[in-house]
Amino acid sequence: MFGTLPVYRKLVTVTLMLGLLLIAAILLGLTSGSSGDSAAAWQHLLGRGASDATLETIVWQLRWPRVVLAATVGAALSLGGMVFQALLRNPLAEPYILGVSGGSAVGAILGILAGYSLFPGLALSSFAGSLAVLLLVLLLGNRREGGGDALLLGGVMVNAFCGAIIMFLISVSKTVQVQKIIFWLMGDLSAAGTASLPLLLGVLPCFLLIFLLAQPLNLLLTGRESASAMGVNVPAVTLTLLVTASLMVSLTVCHSGLIGFVGLTIPHVLRLILGPDHRVLVPACILAGASYLILCDLLARSLPSQGEMAVGIVTALVGAPLFVVLLWRERR
Amino acid sequence: MSLIDLRAVSLQYGPRQVVRRVSLQIEQGEFFAIIGPNGAGKTTLLKALSGLHPLHEGTIRIRQRPIDDYAKKELARSLALVPQQVDAGFPFTVAETVLMGRYPHLGLLAVESKRDLELARQAMEFTEVLHLAGRRLGQLSGGERQRVIIARAICQQSQILLLDEPTASLDPAHQLRIMDLMERLRHREQVTIVMVSHDLNLAATYADRLLLLKDGLVEKVGPPREVLTSEQLSQSYGCTLMVDDHPQLGTPRVNLVPEKAAAAINRDRESL
Repeated sequence: MFGTLPVYRKLVTVTLMLGLLLIAAILLGLTSGSSGDSAAAWQHLLGRGASDATLETIVWQLRWPRVVLAATVGAALSLGGMVFQALLRNPLAEPYILGVSGGSAVGAILGILAGYSLFPGLALSSFAGSLAVLLLVLLLGNRREGGGDALLLGGVMVNAFCGAIIMFLISVSKTVQVQKIIFWLMGDLSAAGTASLPLLLGVLPCFLLIFLLAQPLNLLLTGRESASAMGVNVPAVTLTLLVTASLMVSLTVCHSGLIGFVGLTIPHVLRLILGPDHRVLVPACILAGASYLILCDLLARSLPSQGEMAVGIVTALVGAPLFVVLLWRERR
Repeated sequence: MSLIDLRAVSLQYGPRQVVRRVSLQIEQGEFFAIIGPNGAGKTTLLKALSGLHPLHEGTIRIRQRPIDDYAKKELARSLALVPQQVDAGFPFTVAETVLMGRYPHLGLLAVESKRDLELARQAMEFTEVLHLAGRRLGQLSGGERQRVIIARAICQQSQILLLDEPTASLDPAHQLRIMDLMERLRHREQVTIVMVSHDLNLAATYADRLLLLKDGLVEKVGPPREVLTSEQLSQSYGCTLMVDDHPQLGTPRVNLVPEKAAAAINRDRESL
């Protein structure tokens, strides 16, 4: 149904529709949860009902920062997945599977051991970790034989190695802080708070930059020489996109640990519905990725009868089977 | 003044020199073909013309301006390349692919206007792929895909069209269709066409002038009648090729002579 529309009409339509989805997800995220009564929370949001200090704290102090963090992380991870899939020409590429998230986590933990603060020290060490892994994975996948599978296998191995390093660091460390970060292995959004602000500020320019490079990315998909002949500065665009995507991912990992498969699920579903034009996919990935993680987090904190579970469990339960289906279709 | 002006151009692949001191002028509206045996440096020369391969020595000027002075998008507005192969891995439609040709004309946001859409429609009409507009590139036959890529190049609205073996792997009907398309384009828009080809007969039929390249060196430049002679071709290609006249068109016609027959001809010649 979107095939024949000119791109600006498609862009506006998609942005409006997914924008509404995001608003709905945010409202749901604010009003539902394990504590409190959601009808009362709706009343509170609509400005009706008696003012209730406890409810106000739950909605605005607990849930709101968490919803904002989930939205940002979800948007960044799905956009990151989209960029890696297009640049590496591999539909299964994704920050978590490629090990880029794992590299960021190792960088972040080393930063914590070194005693850095969250911003900018931790963000930088995490960014360095993601770039190092990206470089390693690209080198591993660059071998002629194996092609796309070599890239994925390399990524999975790097990821496993990073996981081992994280566990090693946690077990030998005596720092109380580090012992708490077991959540890094199983992405979790409970760390939400005012510290999330620099993260937000950091990913917004990344979103804009990737949106501006969406059409060059489309052209790149028709071949490097073909794109270059149409006026795309191929090395500059490729490098900018890889670095921007890694930066985005590492900023989210600092706050939420390893949340997998968001970057696989969302871009795939969207590409199926909207087609491959990245000028439409970029805003779509941002809005749908944000909505998706808000809803996954809602499940994570309301499903268990006591306490909550890590959001990474929910995304992996949805994403891992999808990965298998896609892998099977690729092989056929 | 020539539209394209090459002065002592040398090109390298790593340490290996593949094009040596080629000097050449191509005029506005000309149909120019580059021929020569495999590994002669034809495609590399075409890539250098499109700004994709760095110059080792010499200069290439387009409208008297060195090619290195052009910004990437600016160069893409002056010349369009139809590469031998285009990736069809990601499922872009024909219309989306053709519209990509507008990229060098678009601003920062790269969103096409109504006029861009109209230009794409005209280009698809011209290359007879309008009925395929909604189809995915991967679903098309080789000939259809080639016409889509040519439509994209036309949509780019450049005055110079560079073609890298546009008829390779096409059947005769599709070869003629592509070449006739080029011929019409040249007459309608005064577009200059530079084509690399292995098909000597197509080159003889359509090109105004030919460049015969061997081992990176210019063997001969000129009209088909001067370049395509039995002696010249047999020597450059290292096999026996006989040239006679096309019975209807009067253009040179190149005939392949197998080894056995060539030996017999040589014997006859010696015995005379």
